[in-house]
Amino acid sequence: MIAYIAKRLLAAIPVLFGLTVIVFAIMALIPGDPAQAILGNFATPENVEKLNRDLGLDKPLVQQYFIWLGNLFQGDLGRSYMQNRPVLDIVLERFNATLILAGTALVLCSVLGLIAGVISAVRQYGWADKAITFVVLIGISIPSFWLGLLLILVFAVNLRWFPASGMYSIFGGGDLPDLLHHLFLPALTLAVVATGVIARLTRTAMLEVLRQDFIRTARAKGVTERSVIYKHAFKAALVTVIPVIGIQAGFVLGGAVYIETVFQWPGIGSMLVTAISTRDLLLVQGGVLVVAAAYVLFNLAADVVQTILDPRLR
Amino acid sequence: MTAVESAPIQPARKASGRPSATRLLLNNTLATGGLVVLAAIVLIALAAPILPLADPNVTAPANRLLRPLSEGHLLGTDALGRDILSRLIWGTRVSLLVGISATLIAAFFGSLIGLVAGYAGGRIDTVLMRGIDMVMAFPYILLALAIVAVLGPGLLNALYAIAIVNIPFFARNIRGITLGLARREFVDAARLSGKSNAQILFIEVLPNVLPVIVITMSTTVGWMILETAGLSFLGLGAQPPQADLGSMLGDGRKILFTAPHVSIIPGLMIFVLVMSINLLGDGVRDVLDPRLKSGALSRPVARTAVTRQGLVPDAAPDPAAVLDVRELRTEFHIGGEVFKAVGGVDMRVGKGECLGIVGESGSGKSVSAMSIMGLVPTPPGRITGGVALLEGEDLFSASDERIRQLRGSAVSHVFQDPLSTLHPLFTVGDQLVEAIRAHEPVAKSAARRKAEELLRTVRIPNPAERLKAYPHELSGGMRQRVCIAMALAHDAKVIIADEPTTALDVTVQAQVLSLLDTLRAERDTGVLFITHDFGVVSAICDRVAVMYAGQFVETGTTEQILSSPAHPYTAKLIDCVPVLGEPDRRLDAIEGRPPMVNDLPKGCAFAPRCPRARDTCRAAPIGLTELGDGRTVRCLYPLTEDGDE
Ligand code: SF4
Repeated sequence: MIAYIAKRLLAAIPVLFGLTVIVFAIMALIPGDPAQAILGNFATPENVEKLNRDLGLDKPLVQQYFIWLGNLFQGDLGRSYMQNRPVLDIVLERFNATLILAGTALVLCSVLGLIAGVISAVRQYGWADKAITFVVLIGISIPSFWLGLLLILVFAVNLRWFPASGMYSIFGGGDLPDLLHHLFLPALTLAVVATGVIARLTRTAMLEVLRQDFIRTARAKGVTERSVIYKHAFKAALVTVIPVIGIQAGFVLGGAVYIETVFQWPGIGSMLVTAISTRDLLLVQGGVLVVAAAYVLFNLAADVVQTILDPRLR
Repeated sequence: MTAVESAPIQPARKASGRPSATRLLLNNTLATGGLVVLAAIVLIALAAPILPLADPNVTAPANRLLRPLSEGHLLGTDALGRDILSRLIWGTRVSLLVGISATLIAAFFGSLIGLVAGYAGGRIDTVLMRGIDMVMAFPYILLALAIVAVLGPGLLNALYAIAIVNIPFFARNIRGITLGLARREFVDAARLSGKSNAQILFIEVLPNVLPVIVITMSTTVGWMILETAGLSFLGLGAQPPQADLGSMLGDGRKILFTAPHVSIIPGLMIFVLVMSINLLGDGVRDVLDPRLKSGALSRPVARTAVTRQGLVPDAAPDPAAVLDVRELRTEFHIGGEVFKAVGGVDMRVGKGECLGIVGESGSGKSVSAMSIMGLVPTPPGRITGGVALLEGEDLFSASDERIRQLRGSAVSHVFQDPLSTLHPLFTVGDQLVEAIRAHEPVAKSAARRKAEELLRTVRIPNPAERLKAYPHELSGGMRQRVCIAMALAHDAKVIIADEPTTALDVTVQAQVLSLLDTLRAERDTGVLFITHDFGVVSAICDRVAVMYAGQFVETGTTEQILSSPAHPYTAKLIDCVPVLGEPDRRLDAIEGRPPMVNDLPKGCAFAPRCPRARDTCRAAPIGLTELGDGRTVRCLYPLTEDGDE
C-alpha cells in the first residue's frame, strides 16, 4: 500500500506541471503588451522595460515558461504592483483563511451528504427519501452567493445569531470560539451544493451496492439488517463516493470565491476578485496556482483514503 | 447478474407498447413542472420587447428603492429608481441567452474533441484526453476566473470562460460513448463501403452519440447559467448599463440591509430558472438513459415478501424430511406484468440427502431455492403460495428475526460466483468471523480460531495466513472453499448450493464437489443442489428434479433418471453433458428457448421445442404422472412408455 501511495504521489507531479503549463498559457493569452497589462495603466516606460527583462518577455514562449518556472521553484511568483509586495507572501497569508473555510465546508458536505444519501437509500420512496431528494435538488440549483445573502439577512441581521462578515471580531475575540462563530454561516453556505451532489451519489451507490451478490451473502449468513446496510453496503458505497468527494473539493475551493466575497472572508477567493478588477495579473496568477495545487493535493488525499478502504487497488 | 436469473423475468420488448419519449417525460410530474415553469420564463423573456414594461434603464432618483407592490412598480425599484420587474425580465433574457450560448459552444467543441478522440483512439486519444484531464485538474470556477482575468471583465468574456471550462464534461462523456461505437460492426461496414472517416463520424456515429450530448447539455445548462450569473455577481461579467440577473444581484447586495428586495428578487429568479432546468434535465436523462430510471434501482428488502393467497397447503410434515417444501409459488411483479418464475414446486430433502434441481438458466431453479430462506429480492419478487417446512416449522410465516436466526445456522447457502458473493473489502477472516458471531456470542479471538479450523476443514492449506487474505487474492477454487467453510460455521441441517461449481474450471470443480460430498456424509447435512449440468448431478445428487418453466417436469433417483429419462426435456439435457473429446456439447445445444414465464402456454410448456409434441400436448395443463418407484413425470408421451430413444 505504501508503494501504491508513493506511486500516486509521483503521478501527481506531472499534474502539477500541467497546472503550471495551463496557468502560464492563460497568461500568455493576454491581449497586447503583457508587461503593460501586468503593470497597469500607470506603468512608466522604465518599469515596463524592467519587467520585460525580468520575465524574459522578449524571448520565445517556451523559454519564457522555463524562466517563469525557475522563478517559481525559488518561490518567486513576482510582485503585486498594486500592493507592491511579493505575490507569494500575499497568497500564503490569504491561503490559510481559504483552507479553513473550504476544509470545514468539505467536512460538512461529506458528513451531511453521506448521511442524507444513506437515509434516502434506506427509506427509498418513503417520505424521508422524497424530502431529502427535494431538498437536494434545491441545494444543487440554488445560487450559493444568493443563499449567503439570505442567510445573512435572516441569521445576522434579523436574528443576530451569527456575524455577517469577516473571520474574527474586529474588537476582541480572535480565539477559536470566535472563529467558529464567524465560520458557521459561510462554511454552511459553501457546503450546500456539494452536499447535494454527494447525497445524490451516495443514494445511487447504496442502492446499487444493495443489489450486489455479496449483500445477499451477508443476509444468507444471518447478519442483522442493520449491519448489512451500515457495514457491508456502506463501506462498499463509500469506495465509490470518495473520489467524488475529491472532485467536490474543486467545487468547494472554487465556490469559496463567491462565499468569501459575500461574507467578506479574508481568503484567496475574495483576493482574486479584487485582483481581477484591479488587473493585478501576477497576483491572480499566483492565487490560481496555489488553489489549483491545493485541489490536486485534496484529490490525492481522496485517492489515498480510497486505497486504504479498497484492498483491490493496492 | 443478481440473485435471480433475470433472463425470463425481463418484460418482452414490445415495439408497439412502448410509450413515446415525450409521453414518458410528461409522466414525470416534477419534470413536467420544470418544463412548464421554464417555458413560461422563456416565453416572457422572449416577449420582453412587446410587453408593456417600463424602460429598464430609465433612472428616476425620486422613486428610488420603492418596495414591491408599489404603485406602477410591481416589484419595486432599485437604487437608481429603475423598475425591477422590467429589469428582471430583460436581465433574464440576457442570462438565458448567455447560458444557452455557453452551453452550445461547450457542447460543440467538447463533442468534437470527444468524437475525434474516441473514434481515432491511440495517440490522438491519449493526447486530447491528457489535455482534458489537465483542464479538469483545475477547480472549475477558478479556471473561469483566470480566463476572465486575462481577457478582462465583460459579459462576452464571462461567456467564453464558462464555455471553455465546461468543454471537458462534454469531451469525456462523448468520448466514452464514441469509443464503444467505433468498434461496432456498423462502423466497420461503413468503412468497408469506402466512406471517409469524417463521413463515418458524422453520419454513422454522431446520431448515436446525440442522446448523450443532449443529456450532458441538459445537465450542464443550469450550471452555466448559474456560473455566468456568479461571474456577473462578482462584477466580472455584465458591465453597466448592460444587466443580467447576476449583476442585478451584485448591485443589490450593496444595499442588502436597507432594501433587501433589490437583491432577493433577481436571486430568486436565478434559483427558479436553474431549478426548473434541473428538474427538466433529470426527466430528460431518465427518458434517454433508462438504465438510470429510479424504478430499476429499487432496494431489495431483507427478506422476500410473502403474500400467500388462498389455502396454505396441508402442512402435515413429512417426518423423514429436514426440509419439506410444497406448492411453492414465487412471482416477479414488474411494471404491471406478472412473471411466474416458480409455479408450484415440491421439494423434499432428507437428512444427509442431496436433492439436485436441474434446468436451463431461467427455469426457476435458483428462484425456487432462494425462496426458501427469503433471499429472492423484493421488489420485484414475492412468494405467493406454498409452505416451506424446516423440521416442521413454516418458514414463510416465521418472523423476520426468526429467519435471520435460521439463515447461516440451520440453513446455509453457497452461491455461484465466489468472487462476487464475498465482500471485496473485508478479509476472508473477518467475513468468517462475522458468520460465526452472527449466531454464536463468542469473543473475536475464539471466533478467529474457529474460522481457522473451518478453513482447515475445507482443506485450505495455511489457514492462519489465508484468514488475512482478501477475496481477490485467492483463486476461484479457494474462494469457493471459503464460502463452503462459511456454510459450515454452524452445523447446518441443510445447505442450499446454487450452482456452486459453475464458475470454476473442471478440475477445481471436481475437487469442490468431492469436498461437498464428503462433508455432507460426515455431518449428515441435507443438500439442495442447483445446477444446469447433469454431469455434476451424477457426482453428488441422490435424487433429481428437472425443472422447466417454473415447474418440475420429472423427478426420480439420479440413477433412474440418468439411465432412462422419461421426459423429452430431460433426455435433451442429458445429451448435453460434455463428453471427453467433445467439448462443444453444451447446454445451449437444445434448439429454441424456454418460454417467457409471464406468458406461459396453456398446455405443455416444452411443446414448442419437443420432438414428440402432438396437438393434445398443447390443449390443457399437464399434471405429474406417477411412474412407480417414486418417479414422476409431467408428460403425456414419456420416453419410458415406448422405450425408444
Ligand atoms: S407433453 Fe407432449 S410436448 Fe410436452 S414434453 Fe411430453 S410429449 Fe413433449
